Amino acid sequence: MVELTINNIKVKAEEGMTILDAAKSVGIAVPTLCHLKDLIPSGACRICSVEVEGQRGLIPSCAYPIYEGMVVETNSPRVRVARKTIVELLIENHPQDCLICVRNGNCELQDLSEKYSIREHRYKGEHKDHAVDISSASLERDPAKCILCGRCVRVCGEIQKVGAIDFINRGFTSIVSTPYNKGLNVSDCILCGQCILVCPTASLREKSSLKTVSDALNHRKKYTIAQIAPAVRATLGEEFNMPLGTDVTGKLVTGLRRLGFKRVFDTNFAADLTIMEEAHELIKRITTGGTLPMFTSCCPGWVKYLEQNYGDLLENLSTCKSPHEMEGALLKSYFAKKMGIDPKDVFVVSIMPCTVKKYESARPELNVESLTEVDAVLTTRELVRFFNIAGIEFADLGESEFDNPLGESTGAAAIFGTSGGVMEAALRTAYYQLTNTHLENVDFEQVRGLQDIKESTISINGLDLNIAVVNGIGNAAQILDEVREGKSKYHFVEVMACPGGCINGGGQPIHQKIDKVIERMKALYEIDKKMLLRRSYENESIKKLYAEFLGEPGSHVSHEILHTHYIDRRKTRKIVNPK
Amino acid sequence: MHENIFDHYEKKDKSSLIPLLQDVQAIYGYLPEDALQEISDYVGLPLSRVYGVATFYNQFRLTPLGKNVVRICRGTACHVKNSANILYSVETELGIQAGQTTRDKLFTIETVACIGACSIAPVININEEYYGRVTTKEIPKIIKKYRSEVQKETASGKVTEGVK
Repeated sequence: MVELTINNIKVKAEEGMTILDAAKSVGIAVPTLCHLKDLIPSGACRICSVEVEGQRGLIPSCAYPIYEGMVVETNSPRVRVARKTIVELLIENHPQDCLICVRNGNCELQDLSEKYSIREHRYKGEHKDHAVDISSASLERDPAKCILCGRCVRVCGEIQKVGAIDFINRGFTSIVSTPYNKGLNVSDCILCGQCILVCPTASLREKSSLKTVSDALNHRKKYTIAQIAPAVRATLGEEFNMPLGTDVTGKLVTGLRRLGFKRVFDTNFAADLTIMEEAHELIKRITTGGTLPMFTSCCPGWVKYLEQNYGDLLENLSTCKSPHEMEGALLKSYFAKKMGIDPKDVFVVSIMPCTVKKYESARPELNVESLTEVDAVLTTRELVRFFNIAGIEFADLGESEFDNPLGESTGAAAIFGTSGGVMEAALRTAYYQLTNTHLENVDFEQVRGLQDIKESTISINGLDLNIAVVNGIGNAAQILDEVREGKSKYHFVEVMACPGGCINGGGQPIHQKIDKVIERMKALYEIDKKMLLRRSYENESIKKLYAEFLGEPGSHVSHEILHTHYIDRRKTRKIVNPK
Repeated sequence: MHENIFDHYEKKDKSSLIPLLQDVQAIYGYLPEDALQEISDYVGLPLSRVYGVATFYNQFRLTPLGKNVVRICRGTACHVKNSANILYSVETELGIQAGQTTRDKLFTIETVACIGACSIAPVININEEYYGRVTTKEIPKIIKKYRSEVQKETASGKVTEGVK
């Protein structure tokens, strides 16, 4: 333990802590911008500067370790002036369009400006002028709003280990961008949107589909259908000041009906269906000597990563479409036929915690009878905006049930939104498909939680199933390299690109709460626990769907409608000969 | 690419990034896009990081040099003697900006912090030759001289393309 003084308060703190953390432990707030928990401090923004006795200059508290007898002042006039100046300089080179900005009211730069009572422009200087990168289907990158804190660069490079963006050029011309300043669509980006979650301003944001959706709702011929992803119901309440991890399923259904959707279905239904197909595929691969390990294919960010970096391992990827695409495919075939609607008039909107789903829904190989399966994807944040525009007081809404037949689901589907969930759901059904008996204890605690890689061996009927759950795309490479070298012992591997899974997806509410992922995770496991049916094959609507339409898992019809193929998107490199 | 460039460096060693960039530039005269990609694979850093480093340091070029390199001194003495306007008139004359190369690959403009000939400021330097006390009026004439040399070479059948 080290003893130091901060603002005349005696503080005891562990050795190796930074001044910032020591100050926080006694309730002294120090503002930060470039700081990201658990990553090596970069000390780039200097907003956390403090005075340390005996030091000439101001010290960035996020990057400076404490020592015995240290005397720190976090609120001296010199510190206040320095911080205010930093904010003033940042604002001066930032577009003054807060009123029409997507992050209005949820912007760290705006908050700092308010905190330091900045009421005038003291500096006048040259302004950055950069075009907005709208090339990708999911994300928009606006370098003019960037304050160069570098949080996106570090999340992309250090946590996700994708490294699509970095600082380029230097001095006044430096920006965060892709190599050669090209569009995100041709970069290494997997569109996971983790950068949006850490961006303090609106420099990174999702591409909005609100207008498309609202036009469809106003179109008299369109039969609009909404479907809700498992992870959205556990997070949307946060935006309406409900406690973390509140389950708002019932309110969501009511809200979507009020927006004018003719039918509100549950992506969880399709998640159950995915499990039926995926578990069947896994067992088939194991028993007939197919390519192993099999990778889950629910996460489009992960699929994109594999296509771009490990195009030689596409055989390992399950051919199952992701749940919301399955739901869309069924809506435009099975459901439309049943209701006597022209599939062309069916307009499917997915409410997703994810930015990559926007890109996924535009993939040309994902269509049914040359119609896109999902016509628009709204993120959790966009739906909140839609509710606000429509004057829907979300917190006061009553609860209602999903429409049927594509709205019924089991507990296994509910946990799809968290890391380890798809694995757990698949195991419950695979057990039944292999042994024809019901699994008594359906809780697989070993695949739950926030560890980077969760691995386990599960014995079913004498078959030892080696499984791994990869939490966050940054941890995928080591398993993939093993597979490439033929050394992998696994049979089944689940990967979700976002750390924690979809509950921490790029389309989720933005705030820097530390324990938000755990709380959201708990909410999903709680939903699962409360369900009467917790195994996908017990879903009555699924049974009916197979009896009426699909036949059996892995049948010809389900291959036509529920399975897809992938494309090797590795860069072809040509070799240049020097002259 | 030259296999032997990589031979001097260990694979996946991040610290060899800058020496590798220098070696590649020594061979090509600039850093071709494919070379950056190969270096990125070799040292195990994302292309964005390699590109970031290449654009951070002034010593690295991402475009080939032209046949004639026009260097304009932007040191203090030259600045006082109006070198900003000299630069501007060279840029206007060639239709490109400092750091760029003309489409016909004949001219590249570079700025230099100080050429070391302050007594004859403002100075510009083209290839081996120095021009002291230049005025904006003289610029078109000087550029023309290099253009006509190229034309002469073309007439006599010599290759005119710029250095690659």
